[in-house]
Amino acid sequence: MTNTLTEARPPAVRRTLTYRPTAQDQSFVAAARSAAVSTLIIMGLIGIFLLIGAWPALHSQGFHFLTRTDWLPETGTFGIASLLWGTILVGLIALAVAVPVGFGAALFISEYAPRSLKRSLVSLVDLMAAVPSIVYAMWALFFLQAHLLTIAQWLSVHFGSVLPFLRVDTPDSPSSYTSSAFIAGIAVGVVVLPTITSIMREVFAQAPIGEREGAIALGATRWGMIRAVVIPFGRAGIVGAVMLGLGRALGETIVVYAIISPAFGLTTRPLQSGTNTIASHIASRYSESNGLALSGLLGAGLVLFLFTLVINTLAGVVVSRSRSGAATEI
Amino acid sequence: MTTLLAPDTSTAGREPQDVRRTPRRVRIGGADPELVTHLVSAAAGALGLTWLVFERLVPMTGVIGFWLCWYAAFLALFACISATTLDRVGVTDRLVGALVTTAGIIMVACLAGIVVFTFVRGREALSHLNFYTQTTAYIGPEAPLNQGGIVAAMVGTLEQVAISVVLSVPLAIATAVYLSEVRGRLARLVRTVVEAMSAVPTIVAGLFIYSMLILKFGQERSGFAASLALCISMIPVVCTTAEVVLRLVPNGLREASLALGTTQWQTVRRVVLPTARPGLVTAVLLGVARVIGETSPVLLVAGSTNELNADPMHGPMLSLPLFAFTQMKMPLDTAIARAFGSCVVLLVVVVVLFGLARILGGRPPGHTSPRKQRRLAAARARRTERESSR
Repeated sequence: MTNTLTEARPPAVRRTLTYRPTAQDQSFVAAARSAAVSTLIIMGLIGIFLLIGAWPALHSQGFHFLTRTDWLPETGTFGIASLLWGTILVGLIALAVAVPVGFGAALFISEYAPRSLKRSLVSLVDLMAAVPSIVYAMWALFFLQAHLLTIAQWLSVHFGSVLPFLRVDTPDSPSSYTSSAFIAGIAVGVVVLPTITSIMREVFAQAPIGEREGAIALGATRWGMIRAVVIPFGRAGIVGAVMLGLGRALGETIVVYAIISPAFGLTTRPLQSGTNTIASHIASRYSESNGLALSGLLGAGLVLFLFTLVINTLAGVVVSRSRSGAATEI
Repeated sequence: MTTLLAPDTSTAGREPQDVRRTPRRVRIGGADPELVTHLVSAAAGALGLTWLVFERLVPMTGVIGFWLCWYAAFLALFACISATTLDRVGVTDRLVGALVTTAGIIMVACLAGIVVFTFVRGREALSHLNFYTQTTAYIGPEAPLNQGGIVAAMVGTLEQVAISVVLSVPLAIATAVYLSEVRGRLARLVRTVVEAMSAVPTIVAGLFIYSMLILKFGQERSGFAASLALCISMIPVVCTTAEVVLRLVPNGLREASLALGTTQWQTVRRVVLPTARPGLVTAVLLGVARVIGETSPVLLVAGSTNELNADPMHGPMLSLPLFAFTQMKMPLDTAIARAFGSCVVLLVVVVVLFGLARILGGRPPGHTSPRKQRRLAAARARRTERESSR
């Protein structure tokens, strides 16, 4: 009796599970993969075509393309040193405005705002990020500039004697403060403010609730809790948000173009009228350029492209470390 | 604000029956009356102090200067007043609270200021009906506002955005499906590249299309070239949003579907995509809201014209941001009024798209609207009726 039972049981063989996708599945996976690959290709094409277009200029100027400050394609000498410097200057001024305000606003939305307001504030920040840059440009040109002139003049008159970078050539005339890197930087700062705020808020909201409650239970004030829990947990996100904001500020075109008056030279006086950035230089010169000059513009675009690419890839790595990628389970 | 009352230590030496008084009510939530008093008195005191300094002591002028001084005085007074009841830690907490709230207010004020300013300056142009029905083709920029309009720009924007939606949405959603459903070896790289793509400056996208289509392949400047340039900005927005939405589809649904013996394609087609449909629509709307106001890529490749051109493949084409940009550069009041008018139209479109995206995106995945529930119930009733009559 027992004998037959043991014999009836099949021998223990390890089953191997194989996955044989149907033809339909194979084509689905192939289609999805080719879509993904084509986005890679587009990104590669951007770099390749900019490089092809920029090659004559890069070849004729060599290393001086990065070190020369003037832009005289007619005489065959041009470089992007002053443009690069202007771009960085405007970007840094923008960050000086946008990072403190964005940090505060993100903390306000995630920690201080009443719960009923929170949702609408988040929507407002997202909406602000979607406002077209031409609207920002017109606001900055016709509203912000007039109000910033008095501040710029006050700063220059009162602190110019102590801090040399706040001096301008003729401090009494308001026209020497218009179209400056300072005004353009603040306008760009307003443009990147929602980007910085929304990333920082997202990171702050992820600070673990247990540690928050622990800090409060130990008698911490709200600021004590933020300093002990929220900021340490969100440090990577804060750095990433600042870098992403910088990436956007460097590429901002229309706002800068609307405000500045183009000037070449490594200006160290942000309040003085006249500066230039790569993006606004391309926008202002593309229509009158051909041949070598156009190639130079493409070269400037290539430098901007690589510059923002490096900054944003670094920022992406930093932010993704602080963000969980788990799927939702039920 | 939570207010806890410390036990009254002055009653320590009394009789026990005196100590056990009815405890006073503990307030939880609501505004702390002490904080409100301190805030109001600090604000009023700062106002008086600043007025005194500005109007009586030092001859200074300027609205911005006045309010900056008021704010500094307010912070100082608020710290001093708070120090009467709180220790150093408490005062720091209150000061930081005031600063953080100010940052929030600045942010909201910026957005409100931009919207209100644009509407006020654009009102003049918008009040003329011809603004929506005519073009600026045969009139000069100095022509009065009862001539000329933005119809060419509206047509151009509509066509360019439609073409870029048709081109980029399938590609972006297929990429998102690859990232969240297929999850091949390339997924990590593709995700990094898509994130990098969202950061490509828009002017560089324009330069790329210019360099490829116009310099290399010898095409003319056209609306189609502009839509290609817009695609570069649109793909990453749609792709990242769609990926987040697909990730929100519960894994249990996928597993249930696969356990019923479906293939992966059937699961994606019948379960994942329908569940995520509102979110995918949100992704597309956000992408459209992003590219509809892009000026710099269009500036390089769309050419310049004032005439109505409905053919995207040939000839230069106008669009709303481009129109606003060219009018803004002219030092004429009428041109600037037209620019503000077209900015208002753009803002309204963006806000409407955004509101739609919020309404659709606010629903959790798999949520069925009351209308759809009624439709499903009716279908079920029909089916049971049919089966019972058989």
